[in-house]
Amino acid sequence: MSEGKMETITLQGIDLPYVRRGSGRTLLMLHGGGGPVAPMPFAATLMEHFDVVAPIHPGFAGTRIPDRFDDIHDLKFLYLDFIDALEIEDAVLMGFSMGGWAAAELAVMTTARFSRMVLVDSVGIKPGDRDTRDVADVFALHPAELLKITWHDTSKAPNVAEMDEDALAAMAGNRIALALYTFDPYMHNPKLPGLLHRIDIPTLLIWGESDGLVTPEYGAAFRDMIPGARLVVIPEAGHAPQAEQPEAFVSEILAFAS
Amino acid sequence: MKTWFFTEDAYPYLPDPDSYESIRVNLPNKHYDPDIGADLYHRYLDMWTAADEIGLEIMLNEHHQTATCVVPAAPLMLAILARETKRARLLILGNPIANRNTPVRVAEEMAMVDVLSRGRLECGFVRGVPYESAPANVIAFRGTERLWEAHDLIMKAWTHHEGPFNFEGRFYHMRQVNIWPRPYQQPHPPVWVTIGSAGSGVQVAKHKHVGAVFLAGYNGIRTIFDGYRSGYREAHGTEAPLDRLAYCALIHVGENEHRAREGAEKILWYMTSNKVAAQWNNPPGYHPPHVAAMIMKGTRGGAGVPLNPQLDDQMARGNVFAGTPDKVYEQIKAFWEYSGGFGHLLMMGQAGFLSYGDTLTSMQLFNDEVYPRLRELTESYDPDRMTYLRNSLPDVEATSLGDLGFAFVR
Repeated sequence: MSEGKMETITLQGIDLPYVRRGSGRTLLMLHGGGGPVAPMPFAATLMEHFDVVAPIHPGFAGTRIPDRFDDIHDLKFLYLDFIDALEIEDAVLMGFSMGGWAAAELAVMTTARFSRMVLVDSVGIKPGDRDTRDVADVFALHPAELLKITWHDTSKAPNVAEMDEDALAAMAGNRIALALYTFDPYMHNPKLPGLLHRIDIPTLLIWGESDGLVTPEYGAAFRDMIPGARLVVIPEAGHAPQAEQPEAFVSEILAFAS
Repeated sequence: MKTWFFTEDAYPYLPDPDSYESIRVNLPNKHYDPDIGADLYHRYLDMWTAADEIGLEIMLNEHHQTATCVVPAAPLMLAILARETKRARLLILGNPIANRNTPVRVAEEMAMVDVLSRGRLECGFVRGVPYESAPANVIAFRGTERLWEAHDLIMKAWTHHEGPFNFEGRFYHMRQVNIWPRPYQQPHPPVWVTIGSAGSGVQVAKHKHVGAVFLAGYNGIRTIFDGYRSGYREAHGTEAPLDRLAYCALIHVGENEHRAREGAEKILWYMTSNKVAAQWNNPPGYHPPHVAAMIMKGTRGGAGVPLNPQLDDQMARGNVFAGTPDKVYEQIKAFWEYSGGFGHLLMMGQAGFLSYGDTLTSMQLFNDEVYPRLRELTESYDPDRMTYLRNSLPDVEATSLGDLGFAFVR
């Protein structure tokens, strides 16, 4: 585990913690509903090649949800301010799951500070009809079932039984924040597909082949909505290929963006 | 003391619980037979009208997507009772306004019932139990904040009589509110809100609304009532009157101990049947993170009800009052004194397979032999004596309660 030193920046009256570590091209990393990914081994490797900037979405990892925050757009506007404040340039915008949704929302607003985008097992669109459950309802699945569809190898999942109280409470807090950003409309913005054409930077979608939460088919539909985008499917990985297949994951990023 | 007869209108004819995951939210409605359901609706309405004739007040509630309570629209039942009953006050406890995103519609429905019943409505507002989030498709996070904003809008809709007003709040936006009819009772019908912790009572006390506690038992009742009382004292500079507090328990009165136990065992269905899957117990934002964490870890249930409750145990906890009239009076009196007193007893007098006949027998016995003594008890209420009594009764040891009452409190 790499211990990234936390910095804090105050934007819109919100104290936003973030890790900034490594050197090279800037890589803005937006985590998913499971919480910060900066402490994971794959991120340590990326820090050897990139100037990794990894903020924690308000509400995650024990932070407060701002009173006025309601949905993904609040996050989007916060990060618009964030990239301006940090004055990042020519950066890679990378998002995981709901962080990928936030990245896509950000990119349709502006790509001025970015030259590449990576979406990892991301939500944000609804390719199916109204009777289709495009994204598994994570709030309605039995915890055991959720684990099964999220991981290729469930033995790699964090073990709730081994967590201490603080870690558990942070996890429960993450789940509240995830719900805030994604509850309704569920995991998508109906208007996003109509805006994705605005993305004018090379985009790579990375998907775990065994992701039962957001399937590779969903990834293909997402790819088809973004001009020139490419989809890479990583075998023996579920919703978090960066955790289950870190080497394959990192090599895809390096090939695409370094 | 006012006593309110309450049944949840269960549909108890279910397959073996091992064959389904949860009685709430995702139990397929193929298990519901509308013919039986029709009989049940009429039977429950008959029970309520009987309560009216016997001399008890009436309480009803609503839940969604569950066999435990097949009234997903309590105002409809309330409207029927407004017409079919003559005397009883009609308590809906309550409107789940944190999950219904139409507060003005609620204000209208309640005003209608109040007029129809010629001023017999008592209107409850609740946040709703955890397993209501999924059926409503409403995030449980900020439920309390939504409840109070909806409450404020409803109160204004009831009490504002000079044409349209504007309300653009954090959650609800209405620009031309001017309800017809306005309520029969002026300035508005009595308001009730469920409370489950010392903290949740404070805001209710501030409004002088009735704070209602469900199944908190000896273990929880003092803390919760005390929270309300101190909130009331702080806001108004006087002691909270007895009629500002209510307690709900499972109650069955029988002609003899044997019959009483039989009936009480049947009412326990309310607890034994409540098999709820983990995902419905712990919707994001319902519980604070540290509580949600414990539920995730399995060190506490979120359902609030033990699946294997024992009658004696539940009676000892103060969640069930059952026996002959003498015994039931003694049990309620003991709990009443321990709690510091309350003015409303919510009598869950029917659940599961308890028959119409047994339910009516219990109501009648309660009315004839328990109720008069309870009225005397509350009429003799003397705050100083109560303080003395309370001080002489030590707190009941904090036993491992499971989480009884936890989920029912809001």
